[in-house]
Amino acid sequence: MISAGHATILATPAFKNYQLDSAYDEMFTPAGVTRPHYEALVTYLNQLSPEEVKRRKHSADISFLNQGITFTVYGRKEGTERIFPNDLVPRILLAEEWRKIELGLEQRIIALNHFLHDIYHEGRILNDGVVPREVVYSCRQFRRQMMGIQVPRNIYITVIGSDLIRLQNGEFVVLEDNLRVPSGVSYMLTSRMVMKRIFPQLYQQYGVQPIEHYPRVLLSTLRSLAPEGRPEPTIVLLTPGVYNSAYFEHAYLARQMGIELVEGRDLAVHDNVVYMRTTSGLQRIDVIYRRIDDDFIDPLAFRADSILGVPGLFNAYRAGNVTLANAIGTGVADDKAMYAYVPKIIKYYLGSDPIINNVDTYLLTNDAQRQHVLANLNKLVVKAVGESGGYGMLIGPHSTAEEREEFARRIQADPRNYIAQETLLFSRAPCLLDDEFQSRHVDLRPYILYGDRVTVVPGGLTRVALRKGSIVVNSSQGGGSKDTWVLNEPDVKQENN
Amino acid sequence: MLSRVADSLYWMSRYLERANYTSRLIDVNFNLMLDESAPSSVNRWHRVIRVLGSPKNLHWKGDPYGFAHCLSLDTACPSSIISCITSARENARQVREEISSDQWERLNMLYHQITQANLREMQQGPPTEFLQAVMEGVQLFQGASETTMLHGEGWHFIRIGRFLERALGVAALLDVYTAEFWDTAAKHPEGHEYLEWIGLLRSCAAFEAYCKVYTADITPERILEFLLLQQEFPHTVRFCIESVRDALEMVQEHRGNRRSAPLDRVSGRLKAMLCYADLNEVLETGVGAFLREIIRHCLEIQQLIYRLFIDYSVESALAG
Repeated sequence: MISAGHATILATPAFKNYQLDSAYDEMFTPAGVTRPHYEALVTYLNQLSPEEVKRRKHSADISFLNQGITFTVYGRKEGTERIFPNDLVPRILLAEEWRKIELGLEQRIIALNHFLHDIYHEGRILNDGVVPREVVYSCRQFRRQMMGIQVPRNIYITVIGSDLIRLQNGEFVVLEDNLRVPSGVSYMLTSRMVMKRIFPQLYQQYGVQPIEHYPRVLLSTLRSLAPEGRPEPTIVLLTPGVYNSAYFEHAYLARQMGIELVEGRDLAVHDNVVYMRTTSGLQRIDVIYRRIDDDFIDPLAFRADSILGVPGLFNAYRAGNVTLANAIGTGVADDKAMYAYVPKIIKYYLGSDPIINNVDTYLLTNDAQRQHVLANLNKLVVKAVGESGGYGMLIGPHSTAEEREEFARRIQADPRNYIAQETLLFSRAPCLLDDEFQSRHVDLRPYILYGDRVTVVPGGLTRVALRKGSIVVNSSQGGGSKDTWVLNEPDVKQENN
Repeated sequence: MLSRVADSLYWMSRYLERANYTSRLIDVNFNLMLDESAPSSVNRWHRVIRVLGSPKNLHWKGDPYGFAHCLSLDTACPSSIISCITSARENARQVREEISSDQWERLNMLYHQITQANLREMQQGPPTEFLQAVMEGVQLFQGASETTMLHGEGWHFIRIGRFLERALGVAALLDVYTAEFWDTAAKHPEGHEYLEWIGLLRSCAAFEAYCKVYTADITPERILEFLLLQQEFPHTVRFCIESVRDALEMVQEHRGNRRSAPLDRVSGRLKAMLCYADLNEVLETGVGAFLREIIRHCLEIQQLIYRLFIDYSVESALAG
């Protein structure tokens, strides 16, 4: 009876091009039955006329444009500012699904932080042969300058965004970790704000766990990392400037936290103390939430040609006079080749098995694995270990023979620089495209904060590969986002009712 | 407040004020053009160029619509309205966290509105709707600044930018007008001459306010007195300078009252020049000289602001 009722949803004109196959669908079971927690949403959307849906979509887009919620696309003169495409259909996660993700991420982050402290100090995990030395020392993100440096509370990774995908069996796995300067959290926050305005009744009816406290928690996390003896720390957010693709986010977070948004040219270092230039003179700075890569942060310590950074900042950091979050050198732990070792890293430091699994990964420095990958390039995904943003990637099944030859050559020339994985079938979720519902591949990037404690904000950014069939969700490559609703625990919901 | 932020707020505000002023200037001139012969209208467009400081890339080619189009929408012309709004928005973008969301949204909406305006329609007649949109947009922004922004240091820098720009604009306008008309001005102008003087008042949004004070009895002397020395109307030079001085006062208070003697002296002297001036004395020394003295003081104030709050050297700050 139920399935008959819901089969009609998929039979309606709005769903006529909806693709339902072996990929996990967030809204429908393989038989085409609406999953119970999506029923209210389906009912609601169904009662809106196509014009009304269109009107609300338009109203949301205008709201994003006028608020200037845009990102910058590199390499184009015109229209360098674009709104981040936001899909109106929320992705809904059950409290129990979320609980496992939360525990799994907490475990993962704590283990990775232990790992970073270890490799920049005694290197036990290397001495014990769990992670090969050469994988660490050959990583471009490994910073010799960090050896032996003490960081506040031993916290290296303060802000983390890990990318999860859901496989055919419904299980979430980690695809990669972003431990350097993960972005996107502002889109999570603003898309929630817009959704609450566009679908107020639906939102209330569902009982969704709030995410609005993120800026406050970020601020207290940063405060907990202040250098000793600075009880009232001055905290700033360091941005590369207005031409950076994530500038909107930097400004947004600074405003939400009530801290100064500074650029390199606003800062000066004197006697290993960092100051900012204000209209009232120089003011001392204690904690820097930096959104500039290691390479560019201090031309004296790293890339000398950087004009974004602050000369002398690294010395002030080494002297313990200022905290950088995230610490320098964290990229060694989100290197895609290091990723393959994360389950072992978790086992080594915490003695437990990973709660969220990894995706099987071929290391191309291993002869047998490399031969296998080269022979099967048309089936596999190959990624450059240091790249992000969907650049430097070969998706075997969608590639041309030329591209495969090119990658084969590159792999043989520098096997350490690449890894390969099976082509995974990401889950799909319904999106409103061209006035109808179509299914598109999605991932999930939750944000984790680590200071005096670990906080995982419920939900995260669900990124959508808006092009049909595409599995690349990065905003620079035609991706969009949708709001992610983690439902309240069932008993909490009853209390509210 | 960060020095760079003060710098951006100041220029954001100046550019918006300039866009507003330029829009009004074009609007008023189109309106006057309806009532007069072609030669005197050409003369007046040339005057507009001089009032704007004869900017490069802005040339009179014989066609008022083409000229207005260039001054409104030509991105290659740095004095065009669209260039001003774009620069204001770029500055606002640099300080997104400092201004309120309402301010940003008003400015951003204005930017999107005019960059997407249908340009072909504009070619065919006076760009009245475009100019209206700019003036309204700027007013909305200024309203949002009054009501939604913390009236702290940043707000005062916005006021300094707005009123310095406005004072410079009105002074330049008076300078060009008096140089051209003063010696030949009738005591009670008639006909076209009357329209010219009303045009001057309208260019400063001051026609109604003038009538409230002096009735519709238009005389050049009263207009000069009003636009220079009137205390209560926001587009007179005196009002602007008093506002700048007040805002500077507040900025210095934010510095824990570490006062700067040169800044106090220059702004105080300029204020006194206007508060205690007598029109007859001004006329005796020469209106042009008086106006240029005002402009020189305004520029000196700007230089001092930069030296004290924005462009200081790290060594001097550590020593002090």
